[in-house]
Amino acid sequence: MVLVLALGDLHVPHRAPDLPAKFKSMLVPGKIQHIICTGNLCIKVVNPCRIEQLLSLRCECLAEEVHDYLKTLCPDLHITRGEYDEETRYPETKTLTIGQFKLGLCHGHQVIPWGDLDSLAMLQRQLDVDILVTGHTHQFTAYKHEGGVVINPGSATGAYSSITYDVNPSFVLMDIDGLRVVVYVYELIDGEVKVDKIDFKKTTTTTAH
Amino acid sequence: MMTGVAEDEDKWLAAGIAGLQQNAFYMHRAMDSNNLRDALKYSAQMLSELRTSKLSPHKYYELYMRAFDELRKLEMFFKEETRRGCSIVDLYELVQHAGNILPRLYLLCTVGSVYIKSKEAPAKDILKDLVEMCRGIQHPLRGLFLRSYLSQLSRDKLPDIGSEYEGDADTITDAVEFVIQNFTEMNKLWVRMQHQGPAREKERREKERSELRDLVGKNLHVLSQIEGIDLDMYKDTVLPRILEQVVNCKDEIAQYYLMDCIIQVFPDEYHLQTLEVLLSAFPQLQASVDIKTVLSQLMERLASYAALSSEVLPEFLQVEAFSKLNSAIGKVIEAQPDMPVVGAVTLCSSLLKFSLHVHPDRLDYADQVLGSCVKQLSGKGKIEDSKATKQIVALLSAPLEKYNNVVTALKLSNYPCVMEYLDNETNKVMATVIIQNIMKNNTHISTADKVEALFELIKGLIKDLDETLHDEVDEDDFKEEQCSVARLIQMLHNEDPEEMFKIICVVKKHILTGGPKRLSFTVPPLVFNSLKLVRRLQGQEENPFGDDESTSTKKIFQLLNQIVEALSSIPAPDLALRLYLQCAEAANDCDLEPVAYEFFTQAYIIYEEEISDSRAQVTAMHLIIGTLQRMHVFGVENRDTLTHKATGYSAKLLKKPDQCRAVYACSHLFWVDDQDNLKDGERFAIVCFLHFYCAFSGKLVLRIGAMCLS
Repeated sequence: MVLVLALGDLHVPHRAPDLPAKFKSMLVPGKIQHIICTGNLCIKVVNPCRIEQLLSLRCECLAEEVHDYLKTLCPDLHITRGEYDEETRYPETKTLTIGQFKLGLCHGHQVIPWGDLDSLAMLQRQLDVDILVTGHTHQFTAYKHEGGVVINPGSATGAYSSITYDVNPSFVLMDIDGLRVVVYVYELIDGEVKVDKIDFKKTTTTTAH
Repeated sequence: MMTGVAEDEDKWLAAGIAGLQQNAFYMHRAMDSNNLRDALKYSAQMLSELRTSKLSPHKYYELYMRAFDELRKLEMFFKEETRRGCSIVDLYELVQHAGNILPRLYLLCTVGSVYIKSKEAPAKDILKDLVEMCRGIQHPLRGLFLRSYLSQLSRDKLPDIGSEYEGDADTITDAVEFVIQNFTEMNKLWVRMQHQGPAREKERREKERSELRDLVGKNLHVLSQIEGIDLDMYKDTVLPRILEQVVNCKDEIAQYYLMDCIIQVFPDEYHLQTLEVLLSAFPQLQASVDIKTVLSQLMERLASYAALSSEVLPEFLQVEAFSKLNSAIGKVIEAQPDMPVVGAVTLCSSLLKFSLHVHPDRLDYADQVLGSCVKQLSGKGKIEDSKATKQIVALLSAPLEKYNNVVTALKLSNYPCVMEYLDNETNKVMATVIIQNIMKNNTHISTADKVEALFELIKGLIKDLDETLHDEVDEDDFKEEQCSVARLIQMLHNEDPEEMFKIICVVKKHILTGGPKRLSFTVPPLVFNSLKLVRRLQGQEENPFGDDESTSTKKIFQLLNQIVEALSSIPAPDLALRLYLQCAEAANDCDLEPVAYEFFTQAYIIYEEEISDSRAQVTAMHLIIGTLQRMHVFGVENRDTLTHKATGYSAKLLKKPDQCRAVYACSHLFWVDDQDNLKDGERFAIVCFLHFYCAFSGKLVLRIGAMCLS
């Protein structure tokens, strides 16, 4: 049983101040084996221990680079570049193999029309992956398509999007077990975390080309 | 040389102990054979060791303790003697024949203890006699230990109410009188030590005095334990007598220690009721006494007392504690014009904490304290002293921590005035603390005036207060500060669109003074806040009777244009392009064609003139095409123009594969599934032709072409 956290489009601090507290309390280090992030994390930011040196005051909500925060949850972190990310070294796309599955990661602004399933399917074939994870629309979706899966984990902070109205914060946790993957989606709706799950089984024949 | 002295002292101490032990041995033998005469003789010799002047207090104490232990045995012997028929009165007489005065007095006290226990005479008489007799020893060290011995012996024999030694109607007065007299004499001896010996040994003397201070303070502790002392007696007799001694001794060390002692040993309830008397002593103390620490201690104790239970709060009001403390502090500061800034600020800080704990609902008190702090700081310019700065920050943080609501702190009119006195660095740190308080408590700042006041307060982060300093700021720290401002902008919210628009205007006004380095952090959050407002207004129908002044989406877009335009001063073309496209999309959703077109035009200008890096161009094209693909508001002409240009840009990208992909993406601009008027077969085919053209000179996936034609 391998747990993979998929999230993205946090837009901290342009569009949201921070991850929701309820999400932060759920995401604890040591439980997740891989994190894949579609992009648009945040501006690079550094921990201000300088304040404490100057004042010896307790500062409880210090800003922390989202990248570093995610790294504390799990050291195996994969990120692709969103159009607002300042870090230029993130790649445009990434592929990785976890267990029996090949995963593909891409922010999604490169795939036009944005959110179009057929166009995303093209990218899936191009990267030759079973599971494609993209973002940009801030809308959670999960489709079975031609023997594969196309997932959008939405925005982990519920950030404003020109594409989607009324964005709820959401992220996805995939449980990969042999040829089966269970996709759990966590959404924060009206202050409560709601969970849903979808089952996928990889057929033994290879994915269509 | 010092080690030489220490070695000598150890030698003398060893000699003293040896002498003491030897005489004690003979004393025991005498006691075992009921030989009173010899017991007295050897005990006197033993006590002679205490006549030494060669030991420091620390070593003298060791000698004293051994003598003390032996005297306990002697006391028991005396008691048995009286049971065997010896008259206590005679014994009391007899010991006074001892040759030297110090042993004589130790013996007298010891017999006195037995005498009191025998109850053959009132305790008060014996105690009075003893305390007067002890005047015979004027040497500070020996006198202090002797009187300490007396104090120890007499503790459980005071004529207190309810004790077995209770006397007549004046019994408490007698007990109090005895202890106060002993205390007074001990204090005099203690103070005298300060002036003994040469000036160059002053430091050593003061250290030795410090070791002895608890001997003096013990008396106050004894007083606090006397059951019969009620509030009235404390107020009328005990406190005034103690304060009289404290003030009159004119000794810095004694005054500091004893004032602190009084505050620690007597109950807070008493302090509250005698506040005026207690406070009146402070201005009379020596100028060098660290009054601020003592006063702060007092205020802290009273604040804790108030925190214990709400029942005591009315008492505070009744005695007008706040105003008394306030004026006392004023008097102290007045009496010491040379007091350093840190002193005055510490006093204000303690008083503020007191006020916040005891009278949390009285914002006017808190404001008053801040006001007097401002008065103390006036004329001093930015404070350089780091200790004073720390105190000012503590002062400013106290209301934040207490109320957990910045909005309440904003009501304190003197708050920003105090902040002015911080140096630029600390000012920024304080501003960050304020923002973090808002984040932690999720405080929503909901009106334009509050936002205005808040941004005034944190102006150290918003703009450069001092032109020259900017180069010295650490990059990472700067980014962190600006990110916290960005987060703050997210917290500003009001459900009423009119008010929200006003808030946005206020924020815009402030961030535009920030200069190029700050805009890339502060502009995006403001833009997105505005876009959220646009969305809210979208749903509402246009009010036909609404006047021109009311908020409309058009007004917000005008504002957005100005805000994004400011980025050109940095310049930040990539960010500006993205934000223009976001605005265009929002305008599209509001059916405002000219506005959307204008935003696209701006985006295109930036693309043409300012984005030259090939990778940046590719991403920019994706965004332009992706956005344009979603536009439904454009008429044929406008759409054509924009699409034509987009296709043109795509074909001119640097790398062939990028060209192909971009041109392919453009093909979607001609064929949008859910809009029939946008299915332009002819143009579509042209684009596909362009596509094949690229294919011959580079890589291409042929199936794409097939998809187009289907």
